[in-house]
Amino acid sequence: MKLHLPNSAFLGNIDPFLRRFDPSAPDFLKITANENWISVHPVVLSMVAALGLTVPLENIQSEDFTAKSKHYIVRMGLFRILKIASNINVVEHEPAGRFIPVTQILTSNELSKFITEMIPLLHLKPEQAETIGYIVSELVRNVIEHAQAKNGAILCAQYYKKSNSIRIGIADTGVGIKATINRSYSAKTDLEAIQLALWPGITGTTRREGGTEQNAGAGLFFIKSIAHVNRDFFVIYSGNGLYKLLKKTSTHRLRLNADPFKDKHSKANDLPFWRGTVVGVDITLDQTREFSLLLSEIRKTYSSAVRERKKARYKKARFIP
Amino acid sequence: MKKIVIFDRTGAFAENKDIARDIREQEIMPALNKNEEVTLDFQRVSGATQSFVHALISELLRKYGVEVLDHIFFKSCSITVQHIINIVVDYMQEGMGIETDDNAN
Repeated sequence: MKLHLPNSAFLGNIDPFLRRFDPSAPDFLKITANENWISVHPVVLSMVAALGLTVPLENIQSEDFTAKSKHYIVRMGLFRILKIASNINVVEHEPAGRFIPVTQILTSNELSKFITEMIPLLHLKPEQAETIGYIVSELVRNVIEHAQAKNGAILCAQYYKKSNSIRIGIADTGVGIKATINRSYSAKTDLEAIQLALWPGITGTTRREGGTEQNAGAGLFFIKSIAHVNRDFFVIYSGNGLYKLLKKTSTHRLRLNADPFKDKHSKANDLPFWRGTVVGVDITLDQTREFSLLLSEIRKTYSSAVRERKKARYKKARFIP
Repeated sequence: MKKIVIFDRTGAFAENKDIARDIREQEIMPALNKNEEVTLDFQRVSGATQSFVHALISELLRKYGVEVLDHIFFKSCSITVQHIINIVVDYMQEGMGIETDDNAN
């Protein structure tokens, strides 16, 4: 496998980075980087780490980084989690208020502990902490419960002062969304599976309305809704499929859609195959609407989606001449 | 009346579904089976995920029917927690084919 850390890869322009990913030879990983400057979204680092953890240490080949911003990669803990040596010496500062380094979470209790410790690290206001904690909890729990990922969830996050935003990336190398959804549905493509996974009330654990006692199929819909209301990017990549919720300008009227394809988005179904799932989300803090208002909107959209699904299953009267 | 203090189990952010399942199976359901009323006290819980609340109450609605809501009290809930509980109660009732008051209006 080959991954190249480019000059720039954030959620808005991440597609070329993903298209350049080479998933062949899964027992080897070669990491290369732009030689002048590396500026990437945390999701990129989560992906590199997630892949690196699937191959033996001796099969990871990381070239010497020459970019001026190479220290960033070190401080985010990429080399540390992969246990590979780097030729870069940095004076590490306290991460407080800036970032969450690349972290591996394997169990439910590890996640609860991580969320408790994460909030003070990011120095968030209570209402912001609630939103970020919510996102991390739902995404990582999805991995722990559904992905069958031996290495669990790999995540990292960074605060960006200029845009006053938190950017979060979570990657796993599990079975992927299509395999999960198709335990109960019959999605033909990865993109179709992603679309289903984003609908409220659709879960791979059952076709029963309301889900099982432990799963409702609402987590991804909630997160997409948070990003939508805040007019932020949200990206989900699994198998060959990519769905990207695009930023909306403030002039657009905000309305939640049950069908993710009705939101302003881009999509692809021909990307290099990612064995597992990758999620990236940006949350602009000064636009973070009061969480409770968002929940009111979610309540309306969710109920309406369930009603529509129920109606679609109504038996139809048969009229004959 | 059985009283369960959620904060003592989850802290200020209720998100661990395993804990929700344990509360449901080991405390709420045995109390309901003895015809006891149950108070879920959310004092000091500032937030909860939909997944947590779903794991806590969805099976109760399915097993005991919507009438179970006459036997459970949600105490000292923040606005956020109230919204999450309402979302779960709504979609469970929609799924069971029972219209809520909001929809009837």
